[in-house]
Amino acid sequence: MLKDITIGQFFPGDTIVHKLDPRVKILITFVFIISLFFINKFYPYIFILGFILTAIKLSQVPFKYVLKGLKPLRFILIITFVINVFMTKGVVLFNIGPLEVTKEGLNQAVFMALRLIFLIMGTSLLTLTTSPISLTDGIEKLLNPLKVIGLPAHELAMMMTIALRFIPTLLEETDKIMKAQMARGADFESGNILNRAKNLVPLLVPLFVNSFRRADELAMAMEARCYRGGEHRTRLNEIKIERIDYIAMIIMTIFFGFLISTRYI
Amino acid sequence: MIIKIENLSYIYNPESPFETKALDNINLEIEKGDFVGLIGHTGSGKSTLVQHLNGLIRPTKGKIIIDGLDITAKETKLRTVRQEVGLVFQYPEYQLFEETVYKDIAFGPKNLELNEEEIDSRVKNAMELVGLDFENMKDRSPFELSGGQKRRVAIAGVVAMEPKVLILDEPTAGLDPKGRDEILGEIQSLYKKEGITIILVSHSMEDIAKLVNKIVVMNSGQIAMEGTPREVFKNAEELEKLGLGIPQVTDFMRKFKAKGNPVSDDILTIEEAKVELLKYLRRRDNA
Repeated sequence: MLKDITIGQFFPGDTIVHKLDPRVKILITFVFIISLFFINKFYPYIFILGFILTAIKLSQVPFKYVLKGLKPLRFILIITFVINVFMTKGVVLFNIGPLEVTKEGLNQAVFMALRLIFLIMGTSLLTLTTSPISLTDGIEKLLNPLKVIGLPAHELAMMMTIALRFIPTLLEETDKIMKAQMARGADFESGNILNRAKNLVPLLVPLFVNSFRRADELAMAMEARCYRGGEHRTRLNEIKIERIDYIAMIIMTIFFGFLISTRYI
Repeated sequence: MIIKIENLSYIYNPESPFETKALDNINLEIEKGDFVGLIGHTGSGKSTLVQHLNGLIRPTKGKIIIDGLDITAKETKLRTVRQEVGLVFQYPEYQLFEETVYKDIAFGPKNLELNEEEIDSRVKNAMELVGLDFENMKDRSPFELSGGQKRRVAIAGVVAMEPKVLILDEPTAGLDPKGRDEILGEIQSLYKKEGITIILVSHSMEDIAKLVNKIVVMNSGQIAMEGTPREVFKNAEELEKLGLGIPQVTDFMRKFKAKGNPVSDDILTIEEAKVELLKYLRRRDNA
């Protein structure tokens, strides 16, 4: 069941999408999200779908992988859909018991579901094509100007790097402790909610204990190598905006500018 | 025969770029009362294999029969399997979670839904078998113990389930020499007293030579060699190719013989080497 978690998973590759500067990719994703919420008609979604499919094709990430990101959120999708179908007032199409299904409701439900699906696919494409290291590098660089108002950009980025770095480790460890307790007859898969929560104690206690120990060790190791935060640190691989990044930015500005403007046409 | 493995294969992350074949058509039989040493390079599939044996991993292909019970069949209850086969993971002390040593060891038996008296006697028995003083230790927190003691508590937690087959995955990793000898001594006495089948995964050829009566050598998901320690350690060159070695004392005797000294190199322990060398010296003095 832990295999379903694909948050932050990176799909290595050597394509134009992988090579784009992380800052550019983050900004594009950001604008992509904004335009998703600005669009209020169906037809611009055709362009959005086209954009996502093109990006997937270019990045050579298997389509199945991008869809996998939807799986953990299927309940949210279904709930959104159902609530929108039944809660929107308008012309009644038919009734299910006391509930009315309206034309507007159906429209709204499909629209919201599509918005969510596009949102998840677009953002997971960002993490699938950007390695965690360059992702945090990009975030750090983007947040840099905010240092003037006292935002600890480097520290935030470092925290994110460490968090991302330890996701697989923690998953592995969870898996291992789970197996060890299962070997002692623990049951994580059946029973009611209360019992299940109680059964998690043998998993969570060792997990927390080990995490604290690991955090302690990591802090020691960093201090032993004279880590003192962001000041005066240099990088092995500086990220640089190249021609292809400028081209991508220009195309994307026009593309999303058009999509956002459809709201007002 | 207590364990029978037929054509067992396992693939990690099938149909993704990370797909790896961890086990490749394994066939293995283990007799009741055997003490088996499982050796192999890191990543050779040892851990994956032992996890199959108590149903933690379901095989991609193949069958495992334990004491007449097909544990790979869908309808087999995993709880029964885990009662039959106890598995002690690497660094088992990281799985301790209860407030007291007693409660932690009782976790397994409790999951088997035994009554209080039975649990109590099993915990006592298990603590004795791993060399922990019951009265002294039962109410202490497992988190305040030393590394070696923690490991004993963790091993006792599995022993208390009284499995027919006990699997230990590198039970001495990270311990000092004294702790290592103690744990191995306890495993050996457990084997002698309880008469159970034991599978020991280890990187130490000395430990293997001292304890086991059958060795299984694994390499890239397959069984590379199988036999008694004497048979297996004869193939020093082949073992070296697999990134493994032979016990130091065996290596010494081989080299000593290669120098032209008329001794046997069929030696596994220091004791045997002593007897053989004394015999050699006497022969030489008499001549």
